[in-house]
Order: sequence, then structure tokens, then C-alpha cells
Amino acid sequence: MTSLPTQPTKKKLGLVIDLDICVGCHACAVSCKEWNTQGYSAPLSDENPYGEDPHGAWLNRIHTYEADIEGERSTVHFPRSCLHCEQPACVTVCPTGASYKREEDGIVLVNPDTCIGCKLCSWACPYGAREYDSSHGVMKKCTLCVDRIYNENLEEVDRVPACVRACPTGARAFGDLGDENSEVSKLVADRNGYGLFEEFGYKPVNQYLPPRPRRNSIVEGAPAALEPTQASKAQTKSERLFQWADRVLSR
Amino acid sequence: MHPAYSVILFTTASGAGYGLIFWLSLLGVGGFLPIERWFGFTAFGLAFGLITIGLLSSTFHLGHPERAWRAFSQWRSSWLSREGVAAVIAYVPSGLAAIGWVFYEDFSGIWSIMAVAGAVMAIVTIICTAMIYASLTTIRQWHNPLVVPVYASLGLASGAVLLTLLGSVFGYPVGTLEIITIVALTIALAIKLAYWRRIENEEKSWTIEQATGLKASTTVSQLDAPHTMDNFVLREMGYKVARKHGRKLKSYAVILAFLAPMALLALDIAANNQFSIFLSLLSVLSVTIGVVIERWLFFAQAQHVVTLFYGAKQA
Amino acid sequence: MLGSPNFMTPKIDTSPVIADEIKSTTCYMCACRCGIKVYLKDGTVSYIEGNRDHPVNKGVLCAKGSAGIKQHYSPARLTKPLRRIGERGRGEFEEIEWDEALELAASWLKDIRATAPEKLALFTGRDQSQALTGWWASQFGTPNFSAHGGFCSVNMAAAGLYTFGGSFWEFGEPDWVHTKYFMLFGVAEDHASNPLKTNLGKLKKRGVKFVSINPVKTGYSAIADEWVGLRPGTDGLFVASLIHELFKADKIDLEYLIRYTNAPWLVIQDEGAADDGLIARDRDGTPLCFDQTTKSLRDATSVDVAPAAVGEFTLDDGRTAVPSFQLMAGRFLNDGYDPETVAKTCGIKADVIKRIAAELAHCAFEEEVVLDVAWTDWAGRKHDKMIGRPISMHAMRGISAHSNGFHTCRLLHVLQIILGSIDCPGGFRYKPPFPKPIPPNLKPAGKMGDVKPDTPLPGSPLGFTKGPEDLLVDGDGTPLRIDKAYSWDAPLAAHGLMHMVITNAANKDPYAIDLLFMYMANMSWNSSMNVPGIIEALTRKEDSGDYTIPKIIYSDAYFSEMVPYADLILPDTTYLERWDCISLLDRPISEPDAVADSIRQPVVAPDRDVRPFQDVMLDLGARIGLPGMTNDDGTARYPGGYSDYIVNHERQPGIGPLGGWRGKDGDQVLRGAPNPDQLDKYIENGCFWFHELDDNQKYFKHANKNYLDWAFEKGLSDRKDQIIFELYSETLQRFRLAARGHGCIVAPPQHRARIETYFDPLPFWHVPFEEDMVASDEFSLHALSQRPMAMYHSWGSQNAWLRQIHTANRLYMSAERGRQLGIDDDDWVWIKSHHGRVKAQVRLMDNVNIDTVWTWNAIGKRSGAWNLDKNAPEAKQGFLLNHIISELLPEKPGGYRFSNSDPITGQAAWYDLRVSVTKAEPHDNPRSLPEFDATTPPDGVAALRKSTVKETP
Repeated sequence: MTSLPTQPTKKKLGLVIDLDICVGCHACAVSCKEWNTQGYSAPLSDENPYGEDPHGAWLNRIHTYEADIEGERSTVHFPRSCLHCEQPACVTVCPTGASYKREEDGIVLVNPDTCIGCKLCSWACPYGAREYDSSHGVMKKCTLCVDRIYNENLEEVDRVPACVRACPTGARAFGDLGDENSEVSKLVADRNGYGLFEEFGYKPVNQYLPPRPRRNSIVEGAPAALEPTQASKAQTKSERLFQWADRVLSR
Repeated sequence: MHPAYSVILFTTASGAGYGLIFWLSLLGVGGFLPIERWFGFTAFGLAFGLITIGLLSSTFHLGHPERAWRAFSQWRSSWLSREGVAAVIAYVPSGLAAIGWVFYEDFSGIWSIMAVAGAVMAIVTIICTAMIYASLTTIRQWHNPLVVPVYASLGLASGAVLLTLLGSVFGYPVGTLEIITIVALTIALAIKLAYWRRIENEEKSWTIEQATGLKASTTVSQLDAPHTMDNFVLREMGYKVARKHGRKLKSYAVILAFLAPMALLALDIAANNQFSIFLSLLSVLSVTIGVVIERWLFFAQAQHVVTLFYGAKQA
Repeated sequence: MLGSPNFMTPKIDTSPVIADEIKSTTCYMCACRCGIKVYLKDGTVSYIEGNRDHPVNKGVLCAKGSAGIKQHYSPARLTKPLRRIGERGRGEFEEIEWDEALELAASWLKDIRATAPEKLALFTGRDQSQALTGWWASQFGTPNFSAHGGFCSVNMAAAGLYTFGGSFWEFGEPDWVHTKYFMLFGVAEDHASNPLKTNLGKLKKRGVKFVSINPVKTGYSAIADEWVGLRPGTDGLFVASLIHELFKADKIDLEYLIRYTNAPWLVIQDEGAADDGLIARDRDGTPLCFDQTTKSLRDATSVDVAPAAVGEFTLDDGRTAVPSFQLMAGRFLNDGYDPETVAKTCGIKADVIKRIAAELAHCAFEEEVVLDVAWTDWAGRKHDKMIGRPISMHAMRGISAHSNGFHTCRLLHVLQIILGSIDCPGGFRYKPPFPKPIPPNLKPAGKMGDVKPDTPLPGSPLGFTKGPEDLLVDGDGTPLRIDKAYSWDAPLAAHGLMHMVITNAANKDPYAIDLLFMYMANMSWNSSMNVPGIIEALTRKEDSGDYTIPKIIYSDAYFSEMVPYADLILPDTTYLERWDCISLLDRPISEPDAVADSIRQPVVAPDRDVRPFQDVMLDLGARIGLPGMTNDDGTARYPGGYSDYIVNHERQPGIGPLGGWRGKDGDQVLRGAPNPDQLDKYIENGCFWFHELDDNQKYFKHANKNYLDWAFEKGLSDRKDQIIFELYSETLQRFRLAARGHGCIVAPPQHRARIETYFDPLPFWHVPFEEDMVASDEFSLHALSQRPMAMYHSWGSQNAWLRQIHTANRLYMSAERGRQLGIDDDDWVWIKSHHGRVKAQVRLMDNVNIDTVWTWNAIGKRSGAWNLDKNAPEAKQGFLLNHIISELLPEKPGGYRFSNSDPITGQAAWYDLRVSVTKAEPHDNPRSLPEFDATTPPDGVAALRKSTVKETP
């Protein structure tokens, strides 16, 4: 429904993405593609998959940036997908009501049966989260794997988005960001999580945990350099070796 | 932004059509035009034709044109929906007014009320069209108070040029029309120049550091994009026109959409309307090409904030 | 009504049934061997996810793994056996039936076996069934077998096995749970792909310091706490300098060295003697030490000695000997390894080396990890705690693929060992069947007299030499293997030199072969150095008009660049269509806490006329009557194919390919009679077997009585003795003595100086060969390739999803270097080595060593290969550095050309490459060069693309 839920949704399901440990392996992006090309968003089409100009519909993408963080030139891998905003412009611009935000959990979805494929939502979204599937003629987007997270055919432990399920480093967490006692909310609080482009006022639900400052300084308690032993400063080789001569150690 | 030809055709054609309706209605009601059947038939026909072609062509870029009717439902929040609704509503008073003009050769009384309502709806529809773009906070060049005036003034100016041509073809004295047209073009040009000055000189709103949230300093650069080849986001929203190329096209637009028709019509006035048909036809051709270039640039010069994620430093 | 909030919110099915059936198997999208669950719907593969119960990946799955579905349905799949009808390389084939193909292959093989078995060269690429293929070669009687280890990471494996009986990855890993300091050297993807990622994530969450030593800061290095961006090929110097610092400050675990290493063993000091530098031994061959309690020479392996670490001692024959520790201390106290001296060469700051040394010492000696677990050492002494030094490391190809790689890897292990961090809590941990004796007791077969018509070899073609007497050379010192493994060129080859096979065969150096049989190795492309030269070698003809390599059989599942160069193609299945075993006889999936192995099962049947390679090998073996593969009556021993073999084959009585559910009732572990229900048991258990060790067996496995006894009993090890680390390598010294003219097998003259220099029994750093031999002012940059995480070899870059992530590759270089050279982002440049040049497009970056340029590996493709469009970006913008890496070093005075390899193991020195980079003329065609003629897929393959792939225009 184009009009947003009248009250902010109680439940705010979303992802927390840890930029500190993402190694940019694309596991989440491909797993997302794999799940969604057979799931709610099926198919996620590819154009010219073996041709000159291969491209297709992806709901999650990984960028790599170089950035100064606390004086250190860092390499930052940056997964980007729909943030399931509380005030999503992509929903309000939709002329057909195909875009809607679910009252029960805050997930932003596209109804593929009523979407006309005008792409206006992709223009309205500052995050590049909307994807036009040219062979299907409708917009696709991250569904937070709405067909996984409640799926009674899956084991309970597997009822998480495919990207979270696949992520090898554990850089992605899923949960209710509307519940301040949830694991994800605590993570955000502990690590100063942030939403992207908060300035737009769309109140993104997904949160990013910033890279921790790199600790290329000393390990706590260690000196800056080792102090050579007296013996090792000696002139001759045999004197230098002497430090080990009187050590009686048994096997 | 990717300049889609269907959308360029839509906005230019329907803009001109509504502009024509606007002038026909107001000048007709005001008694500045002869209420003659065939003139009315041709003029309203052309206007409705342009509007209809525009609206139809706007569905060409849809993934599901057969579902276009659904777009009327979300007028509460969506400017695209409002535009659709306005466009449909606009047909009614203008259509009735056209009936009065064509079948009864009467443009007074109830017909005039219809005509005025039609003129208002024409403006409203153009505004709705413009608001589709102007409401998008993601694109600085569009989220701009001059976008609605640009669309409205250009629609009216191109409508006026068309009306001048029609008037001259039907052998009416078009001197007043030409003056109106020149004034409309001058206003449109002034607004457009102001628009260009604004988007070129205003400070960019957003940075790559804001986009990524890596705000420590102004030093974020993209090392690798998610895909080697352009993906949907870049194909749709990453279109860039080279600065030099853009400047050249801008000057073409200024000349063809504004200066040339103004000069041609002024020449006709100076020549006592001896070459009205020829010169107004040239004006129409010139404006058409010029507005298409202007509209192409409107898209091509618009930078979406999503490009920041793809390495643009500012947007 | 319109616009009211609740109207039209669609009902969606949030509990769709997603599979008709879910089957478990093992991934093969890289060499990591994760457990996967394959969802099947309407008879097709619909989804693949990681298996949560699996010991390797514990449920996670990488990008490659999730893209397996596209690999399985790839239009590049071969469809039917092919016989070449045109000239080699033109890709003109006729389709033939399997029976004809197998008969043809069998007739070729039979003739060779009956006359000169060594004229068959069987080399396999990304093979995970080397236990089968090696055995097959041995049964055939050819010494010319190896898998791809020689061009991958044999330096890593060999240096570890010759130093402490283990190595990284399949051999062992950090104690992720307890470690407090982790160093990662030169690692890109796929070697322990998911476990590494998972555990790095955990280390970071635990706040453990993670240091990455790598010229490029991408991937894992990006999340490191500290990035040490040193110059390629100087890792060994960096490590030696750390060792120097530790020695100087006496921050070494001498107790550990005395107890667990040969540090106290006495080394004979008798210059010029035939045994100079060997370990002083008593009459029984037992090594001697100087016991400080009795002040006498005693058995260094006995329990109650208190050996001296330094001092000069007189042997019974009056000669002098010193503990090897003293030699080592002398080596590393040398100022040549002082941080101030090495910093410039390494391209880093001396302070960084000093600080890291201090951090290592601090974590090792001030932050011990103590586990309340009692254990018994090899001598039967009980300890009530396990005490560890929580320093851990991992390294792979980055340090290995240099001509100084063997010694660099050894330096790394010396660093681990002097810190006392091998198989202790928080340190490195072995994965069973490791540790092995040093080196493992397996000598390479194929010596003079071993190779006879119609006769199996007396052993395995691959093994571990302990001295010149184990070399495979003839009386003149000429190599007996086609790749010159185990010759004076590469005495400790261990994995063979696959990268030299084609060049040597075409040059008939050391001899001509008749049949080259390869599996899963893209040798005419990204798996070879000097691609144009290899293509020439594959197509070279004799004056008679015959090909110099007369026959080539190739088996692969896909239409790779190699296919057009073969005479007979035996199309393989995809990994989802066959049985496999990831065996303890080969490269198992054990964990430090457990012994484990796994299988692949066919989850779908092939829809093409293809057969699993392993089935084909067993079939061919039976057709040509190889003893292990035929019954006495001449019928096939394993008529059921590979699965039959997996269950019923026994290497030794009771020991077969799989360790789980052995014995008639399936209740035996590791050793037991074949169990006909074994595979069912594996499938029931998710296609793997996992046997956890007792807590008291989990650490100090090299010296843990409970572990050593158990491993011996179960056949994992062939002795129960303590495994004593060889800091000082007597093996290397034996070769060195032969180079000095001692012994009955002496090194030929052209090898002597080289052996003398590089077979140093103590590790040292030397300048890589290419850097040493080519003008470094002309070729001032290092060029590396690294594997992108989302891709693995050329196999991945044709995958419909993965190729959307990496469609072409750039040459990355430091922005600062770019400015100096006048090169901008997106410029096209020529990359020139002493061997050739390629053209590529540049991307500038900050986080790379300034003397280094690099690219992603194996994205560049030959036009038309893999059934991609002839204008695919992989062919037009992608490029390989392989073209400009020579497989031979520049000619030395005297005319002998050594291979571009490590002098000890023969490991391909990919990363020694030195280049210059210059801007290409702007009017130049903006595409990569050189360009190779386009290849055309066989009709069956071409049809596959049309039928299975819907492409929108």
C-alpha cells in the first residue's frame, strides 16, 4: 500500500551489517541471488549471462572503498541492500500501491502482480535498493527473505535471511530493531551503529556498524621493542652464545 | 539519470498539448480567437492528440503497460498517480469545451466555464508532471523550486507556438498570438536560464562520505564497484553527460527552443505577417527539437545520489 | 476506498514449500570442501546452502558455493566424448561413443605400458582424488604422475613436513578459540576459504590482534588490525628479522626447543669431511647430545638427559660437534637480519618489525593460555595442565610461490617453534593424520629399475626424499621424471612440477613421451606460465609431421581453453553428479579436535553423455588389466565404479579411502573391514564422518602418548615415537654434501653451486631468482595476481552469476606510483617482463605496496572459450599475467636453464615476476593484448547454450 502504516510499526525487522569484519567476499550477494531467484522474487533475471554485456537483477551488492579512518587508510567492504526505511519514499511515490510497508514487521515489499514497472521507486530511493527486472517487467527488492523468516518448512534456526545464513564472517545480523532489548539493537547501541543517509529522513531500519579503529599500535603491555640481553651485545660470537650455556633444561 | 526517449516524448508532447489547450481555452473564452468549427476541431484535435500520444508513450517504458490503469489509485501520496488522475480529469472539461466549440461553435456560458476549468486542469496536470521530478529529494537538479515553473512555462510556450502555427494556417491574424508567444518564450527562457544557473552554481548537497557514513574526512574513494559492468542502478541512474557535450547541447537548446522561434516570430511581425505560415512552421520545428534537447538534458544533467555509492564524490 | 491503508495489502505465502527433496553432499566450487545441502525441486537443483552440521563450514557458504547451481547448469559443459579431426588447437572434433573412446584410450595405454610405461605422463589439476590417480599411475608403472601441488603451494607443504611434520590448511590451523595474536601471510581466497573467514570474524569480535602481511590490502587484509604491506618476496627476511629480535632478547622458549626439537642435537663440524654438517650419531644411528648432568655424549632422544644448547663438544672420534641450536643462534644473531638492515629491502619501517617482535614475545611469554586438561607426554610423564603460547599464524601461496618460498616457509615455522607455539593451546594445531614423521616415511618410486613394462611401480610416484639416494635420476644425474621432480633440479619436489611437463615433453628434455593424459588442468591457459610458449609446445611437430607430444587425452567437465589441444576428450560430470571421497589417504577435512572425512554423492543424474573421471579411470584400468583394478580372471575389480572402489578398496588391510563406519557392522573407526553400507551411513550423516579425539589427545600431538599410540593403532601414523621438529634439516645437508662431491650419488657440475647455496640446513632469506637475474632498474615493479574471493580459477569466471561480479580485470597500482609514471585511472598500459608484454587497463589504489602491481587471477579468457560470447569482456578487457611469466629462468653461463621454480621443491615461482609498466599510446586500440585466435565450442556444447540459456537481446 502506498500509504504508510499510520503508526510506526512496532516490529522493525532489519539487518545489522558489521563493516569491521566484512571481507567483501560477495557470499551474501550470491546467496541472496540464489534464494530469491527461486523464492518470492523469482525469477531474478540475468541478461546476456554468457554474452558481451552480462548484467542482471541483484538485491544485494558489495562495494569496496578506501577511506581514512582514524588516520589510517582503510579498505572497507560495504554491502548494500534495501534498508526497509520507516518512512520509505519508494513506497509513497508508487502510483499503483504495489510498493508497501508491512504493518506487522515493517518489511518493505513490492507486489509483483500490481507493479507496473515504472521505476519511479528506484528514482526515489537514495540507496539504490530497487531493482528493475527487465524480463519480468516489475521492480524487485530485498524482501528480508519474507519467505524464509516465517517459513515453517525450514528449521527454526534457518529462519533468517539467506544473506545472514550464508555470511562466513558473521558480519550480518538479523532481528527486530524496534525492540531495544534485541541482540541487534544492543549491537547497534554498543558499536555506534548508524543508518545510511539519515539526512533524508527516511529512517532506515538497517544499521551499519562502523569499522573499529585499527589497532596497529602496541598490544597492551608489550614494549615498543625488545631489549637485547647483555650477552647479545657482546663482541664475539661465543660470548653472545654464552647466555644459553648455563641453562640446564631437561627433556 | 538515463534519458528515456519515451519519457522525453511524453513530457514534451503532453506539455505542448496542455499548453495549447490552455491558450485555446483562455483566448477562446476571452474572444481572441474565432470560434470556428474546423479550427477548433484541428486545434483541440492536435492538443488531445499530443496529450494522448504523450500519455501513451509514457506507458512504453513501463514493464507492464497493461496495468497502467492501476496508476490512478495512489493519488494521496504519489505525484505520478496524481498526474495520471489529473490527465484523465483534464480530458473532461476540455473535451466538453471542445464539443461546444466544434459542434455548436459556442464558447460561452457553460462552455466557457468548461474551458476555464480545462485550462486550469491543463496547468494542474503539467504541474503534476513536474512534481514527479521535483518531489524527488534524491536528485538535486530536480528537487528544485524552478522545476515546476520550467515545465509550466515551457508547456505554455510550446503550446503558444503551436497555436500561432494553427492560427496562421487558418489565415487568422496572428500578430497578437506571436507577441504572446514571444513573451511566453521569453519568460520560459528566463526561468530555464535561472534553473541552469542554479543547478550549476548551487553547492552540491551530498558527499560520498555522507552516503557511506564513513564521515571521518573527505577521503572516501571507491576501489571496486559491485559489478564490473554497469548494473541496473548505473544504467538507470548513473547516466552522465560529458561537461563539454552538455554545454554544447545547452546552447542548442537555448537557440532552438527559445531564441530561434522568438526571432522567427519577430521577423514575421516585422514583415507584417507575410510569412506567418512558413515562419511559424519553422518555429514549431525549432521549438520541438529544442525542447527535446532541453528535456534530454533535464535527465542527463540530473545526478542521482546513488551515484555516490558508485564513486561519485559529490551529488 | 482508494488509498485507504489496509486495502490491497496482499496476502503472501510466507511458508512456501521450497524443495521436494534435500540432499547433502560436498561442495567443489573451490578446494575448501564445505558441506552443502542441495535443494531439488521438479527434478532440478533449486538452491544450495551450507550444511550447519558440517565441520568445515558449519553452515556458512561463500559466493562460489552459492553459485554452484550455475556451474552445474553451465552451457560450457561438455556433452559427449570427442575425437580430434582437425589440427590441434583448431577445436575441430567429432563426437564418438564412450565405448569407442575408452577402447581408443585403452589401446594407446596398453601399448605404452607394454613397452615403456614412463612414456605416459598422467597429471591432474584441481584433483581431489589423488589417492586414486596416484595409485592408478603406480599400478600402470609410470613415475610421471602428479597433481597441481607443484604449481600451487608445495613450498608450504614441504617446508612444513620437513620441519615439524605438519603445515597449514589441511595439515593444521590456528587454535582459533584460544589464540591471542594472529599473523596472516600472503593469503588470498580458497585455501581454507570459509573456515578462515569465519574465524577471522570471531577473532575480531574477541578483540584478538590480527596482523596481515601482504603487499595488497584487500579482502582479509582489509579487516586486519595491522597491515604490513611489504615488498613481495621479502616475507622471509621480515620473519628472519623477527627471529633475530627474539634471539637477541632471549625471548625464545628454550625449554620447548630442548624438549620438542633437534636444537640440542650435535652437528659434526669437520669441514671437507663427507659427514660435515650431519647430526652426530651413535653406532645405531641415534642422534647425540651433550648431557649437562653426566657431562657426556648421550642419546638425544632419551628422556632423562639435560642437553646443552650451546658449546663445543668432542665426539668419540675426536672431532668437534656443536648443538644445532648454536648454529641457529649464530645464524639469527647475525646483524644481517637486524631490523634496521632489512627494513628498506622489505619496504617497511624497522620500528614495525621491532614492535611486532615485542608483541609476539609479550603474547607468547606473558599471556600463556592454560587449560585444565591432564595429558601424558611421549615418555609417559603426566602433566596436569596444557600450557600454551597463544601465537598463531597462517600462510599460503603468497609466501610459497616464490623461488625463496621453501626457506621462507621454514623461517615462518622456525618463528612458531622458537615461540613454543606448535600444537599448544592458543598456537598452531595439527589436524589428524598430522603430525607425520619428518619427513613422512614415503619415498618416491620410479628409480632406475623401478619402471618396467607391464609392471606396477614398487610404490607411490610421489613421496619425500631424505637424501641423494632417494632421487629419481640416472647415473649421469639426468632426471627420470618428465617434470624433473626429485632430480637435482628439485630434489624435495614432493608434489611434482606440473608446470614443466608440457615444456619438457615438447623439448624431449629429459626424454620424449608418447601420451600426455591430463585431468582438470587448464594448461593451455591460466594454469601455465608462458601461455604462448605452451600453446606452441602443444602444437609442435616433428619433421615427420607428427606432433612432438604424439597423443593427448584430456578429461574435464567444461569446454576450457585446454580442450582444443587434446586428441581425445573424456567429458567429466559436474560435482553434483558424482561420487567422490575426501579421504584421509589424500587431503582430508579433519579438524584439530577430530579426525574427519567426507564424500560427494550424485544428487542429480547427468543429462548429457558424460561419465565421472574416477569411474573412467577404473574402467580404463580394468580394460588394460592393471593389477589393482582387475580380478584374477581378468574381470573388473570395481564394476560398480568409483563408489564401489571407495567402499571396497583397501590400501592396507582394514584401511581404505574412508575412515568412518568401517567393519562389517559399521562400528569400526579408521581401521576395519569394508562395510557395504558405508556410503549409506555417510549419506545419513550429511556425507561426512567426524570422530572427536579425547580431550587429552587434542594438543601436543607430536609428543602426546595417548594421541601417538592411538594414531599408530588406527593406521594414521606408522610409528609411535615422539615427532621431533627439525629446525636443523639434516636432509638438506645431505644434498649439500653430495654437491661437494661426497657420497656415491653426487650432483652434476652445473647443479653444484646451486645446491651448495640453497640446501642450507638452516633457513635463510635470499633474493628471488628473477629479481636477481633481470635488470631491476628496468623491471622495477613486482607483479602479482591474487584470486578474487568470489571466484576460483577460470572455472568460476564463466559462471553466470560470478562473472557479473568480475567480468574483466584491471591492473591495480599504487596511486603514488601512477603519478610518478604519469599513469591515470583507466589508462591502458603495457606490462612488460623479461619474457614478454601484455596490455591492460589500470586502476589506481592507495592500499598497495608502492613497488607492486597486481591483478585478479584467471578472469582473462581466450575468445570463445567456455562457450562465452567471442566478444566477452573476459577476452577483450581481461588479461593474464601468465603470458609474461617464463617457465624457464634466463640462461646461465654454461647453457643450462633451470625452471622458474624454487630450487628445493620445484614450486612454481609465480610471484617472482618483475615488470615495467608504461602508458600505452592513446590511439591504441582500448583492449587487452595479446589477442589469441578465437576458439569455437564443439557443436554439442554450442547447442547447450542455445537450449539451456534464455538470453534477452
